[in-house]
Amino acid sequence: MPTVIVNGIEVAIGEKERLNGIQAAERAGVEIPSYCWHPGLSVVASCRMCLVEAGKKDEKTGKIAMQPRLVPACQTPATDGTIFVTNSEKVKNSRAMVEEDLLLRHPVDCPICDKAGECNLQDFHFEYGQKERRADIKPFTSRRRSLGDTVTLFVDRCVMCSRCVRFTREISGTSELMVINRGAQEEIDVFRNDAGEIQFPLDNKLSGNVVDLCPVGALGDKDFLYKQRVWFMRSHDGVCANCSTGCSIKVEENQDRIYRLKPRENPHVNQWWMCDEGRYGWKHVHDSRRVTQLRRREKTGYAPLDWSRFAGELDQKLRQTGRLAAVVSPNLTVEEAYLLSTYIREIDSDALLAVGPVPVEGTDEKFPNGFTIHAEKCPNRKGVEAIVSRLSGGLLNWDDFLARVESEPVGAVWLTGGYHQPWNDTAIAEKFSGVKTLIVQDCFASPLWDRADYQIPAATFAEREGSYVNAKDRLQSFRWAIRPPAGVLTEGQLYWQLLKRPGLYRAAEVLQAVAREITYFTAAMEGVPEHGIDLKVNQLAEPTKTPAIVA
Amino acid sequence: MKNRCVPLRCTHPTKMPEYQPVLLAQVGKAESHTLRAYEQAGGYQALKKSLKEKTPKEVTEIVKASGLRGRGGAGFPTGLKWTFLPQNHPGPIYFCLNADESEPGTFNNRVLMEEDPHQVIEGLILSCYATNATTAYFYMRAEYPLAWQRMQRAVDECYAAGYLGKNILGSPYSLDIFLHRGAGAYICGEETGLIESLEGKRAWPRIKPPFPAVEGAFRKPTVVNNVETVACVRHIMDRGADWFKSIGVPPDPANPRDAGSYGPKLYCISGHINKPGCYEAPLGLTVTELIDRFGGGVWKNRKAKAAIPGGISMGLLTADEFHCPLDFNGPGKFGCLGLGTAAVVVMDEQTSMVDFLLNSCRFFSHESCGQCTPCREGTSWATKMMLRIKAGRGRLKDLDLLAEIGDTIGIMPGTTICGLADGAAWPIKNCIKKFRPELEAHIKRTNPSGWGETKAVPAMELVGIH
Repeated sequence: MPTVIVNGIEVAIGEKERLNGIQAAERAGVEIPSYCWHPGLSVVASCRMCLVEAGKKDEKTGKIAMQPRLVPACQTPATDGTIFVTNSEKVKNSRAMVEEDLLLRHPVDCPICDKAGECNLQDFHFEYGQKERRADIKPFTSRRRSLGDTVTLFVDRCVMCSRCVRFTREISGTSELMVINRGAQEEIDVFRNDAGEIQFPLDNKLSGNVVDLCPVGALGDKDFLYKQRVWFMRSHDGVCANCSTGCSIKVEENQDRIYRLKPRENPHVNQWWMCDEGRYGWKHVHDSRRVTQLRRREKTGYAPLDWSRFAGELDQKLRQTGRLAAVVSPNLTVEEAYLLSTYIREIDSDALLAVGPVPVEGTDEKFPNGFTIHAEKCPNRKGVEAIVSRLSGGLLNWDDFLARVESEPVGAVWLTGGYHQPWNDTAIAEKFSGVKTLIVQDCFASPLWDRADYQIPAATFAEREGSYVNAKDRLQSFRWAIRPPAGVLTEGQLYWQLLKRPGLYRAAEVLQAVAREITYFTAAMEGVPEHGIDLKVNQLAEPTKTPAIVA
Repeated sequence: MKNRCVPLRCTHPTKMPEYQPVLLAQVGKAESHTLRAYEQAGGYQALKKSLKEKTPKEVTEIVKASGLRGRGGAGFPTGLKWTFLPQNHPGPIYFCLNADESEPGTFNNRVLMEEDPHQVIEGLILSCYATNATTAYFYMRAEYPLAWQRMQRAVDECYAAGYLGKNILGSPYSLDIFLHRGAGAYICGEETGLIESLEGKRAWPRIKPPFPAVEGAFRKPTVVNNVETVACVRHIMDRGADWFKSIGVPPDPANPRDAGSYGPKLYCISGHINKPGCYEAPLGLTVTELIDRFGGGVWKNRKAKAAIPGGISMGLLTADEFHCPLDFNGPGKFGCLGLGTAAVVVMDEQTSMVDFLLNSCRFFSHESCGQCTPCREGTSWATKMMLRIKAGRGRLKDLDLLAEIGDTIGIMPGTTICGLADGAAWPIKNCIKKFRPELEAHIKRTNPSGWGETKAVPAMELVGIH
């Protein structure tokens, strides 16, 4: 095993691992500060914050030869016998110098900067900077200009790490951003005409990532700007529900109000990125049009119902109406889909189970680095389909289901929605005219909602708990980030109550049962790690590729 | 001749009968830039002979044996640089000719390109032949319109005469030369900055390794050489390595890292002297000799105070140090960075060192590419301090800060990618070390109430610098 020595600590690294000094030091628990380096982007070694002393230990003689100059750790490969020293006087002085340099023209307007609290410049200056300013004191400047519809640039805060420029060149492949001017006059900008009007705005579908990449407060997200100080927010691991890519995300909220979504590193799904559609795809959660009142249709109109007695009443009703049908929305988690399907089949073993409409917009969009925005705009089609086909012995899609509802007598239909785009119209609602009891569980009113006998307000992705299976059969589990608005009970909790299980809905418990019962989910039996689990991992390889394994 | 900003005097040394100029032999003669004149003077004979009789390897060996060191500034042995190219590479290998001559005080390449372009082309073809390059990029700075016209004309003549293009002079070797004009940035003279600029990108120097010999222009092995270097190659192939080695200074036995300074060198002398110009002499000439024999002495009967030994980035020599030999090893002994481009700028006794340092700092902060933090911010900070000192608001502490900037930026301490910051640091370091009393006197005289201040002071309002 190759061994790297960081400040005297020996760290073993993998035989084929290609780490740089920063990554190797991280293994040894040593932080090497940096601005320009990012694991997902090319190495430019220009910020010079990660300068360290490096050397090599001779394998045979054990002799140590150090390089006379400081080297950037981001650009120095960690191989067997490589030595990094990050705590010498020389290194400390060089970090203090870079910090001092970066603050020469920086406005130091932390009190009004959105990045304050999660700013590398702040943190590193606190840790490695000098204690007083030696350069001339210069009046505060704050020039701001827009780069596109979503991103704004605070010019004077920029430290010229060029991460954003490299992102638009290497990841999104759209190259909107560039460096203009030279030397200390350098600035980030987009192409403009002589009048200063933007000719090619930063408007690619991944543009929001440049704000996350910015190590300082130079790039601001217009949507988040001045909305919340970062230290007030709590961050929850989640999974984006906007398309079947299922990016790992962080949901950042304060007092049950979401302020922003950020990508969470996941090498198997989204690496470090997420698309703008997902990033801003949480607005429906706090939409004032969301339905939050549980109601029952009566002769004179709708009457509000109380949740405490609702489960009992509904259960009784369903057991009396005859043939049952349930439409399981691809917005539900695996666990919720399982609970609902189990419940319905428990009452009526012949019940119709179908998968709700799968919204598709355009075609899949693939970016140069492989990041894909899927056309399928729901998070869990694969998971729900696996549940429904296993529990009903076949897969019934939405269109076929509509045909069956029209032609066959059905006593009660339970529809689950949870879409943030409109998903039914009057014509579809008409098809349910023959249904005796129509139960609609949804976030927003729709023609079907207006026809329902029971209107059950539903939760959104940030309020749910459970697992989604993405387009590549990767199952990721997550917990709720915010509580649902008053009047809304999450689907999982309602189904849990209907199944007369004690206490609160516990998704992990349900997933264990699912894994035991349905082969597709077997891999999730031992629990789901942070980056999710590949459900195809237990399946045999296709015979054309490798010969079958002989036991 | 309107575009000539520096009076060029490319005369033969009259007081050195033992040395006959080689590189400048044709300069000053009628129509010296034409193919006809060049051929009449024996031009392209070395090429004909070498293509017929020598293999590329043999050419490389001869250049290696001659001890030729790069004339662009760093003085790296040329033959050795060529051998860094991967052996048996399937190609293409590119040759970049660095004609982005932008070091202040330097104009020797310009003389060669304007007055004797065919000499450069012959040297370039020979160098490309030696390195197996079939494409050469001639990267010329934008500020040389006459050189551009003459080079373009010379290249056209060569294509017409069969010296360039497919199967040169009936040999299997083919070469194309593309002239490329820069856009007026000092950093494009740095070899990887030049390559980036050639590729159409921002001239941000690359991190090395990989060196251009392994991965250069368009990610292919590339050699970058200076105009004067390839001109020397032409004469080495014409007269042999022994002739070249008979000129100049052998290695200093006390310095094991000195590879010797052989061959003729074009010295540019400018500033406060009577006869500024470009002169050819063997390497190892002293500053005094250069000023007195070639430059006609300091102007207006004044005394010299200081001189830049080889382009502003090399540092500063005081008048007491004018016995410094101008070879690759010489200026280093006097605390300078090196020989650089051997462009001597003389300052007379009335020159203010504050002005010199301000000018130097301003140049480098303007030309810093802005990639590495220490260079981008350090050079601009130094300029701001110098402007404040110049404006009569200096503090003694500023000199300490300047010295600190000088000591901490550059590839020597390892804080930048390329050597521009070293070039910026050396004048600061040398000036403060050698002229500190004068700088202190200026500060105390112009800022009697505030020179002792050690706390941060308000910045001046500066136009165009932030």
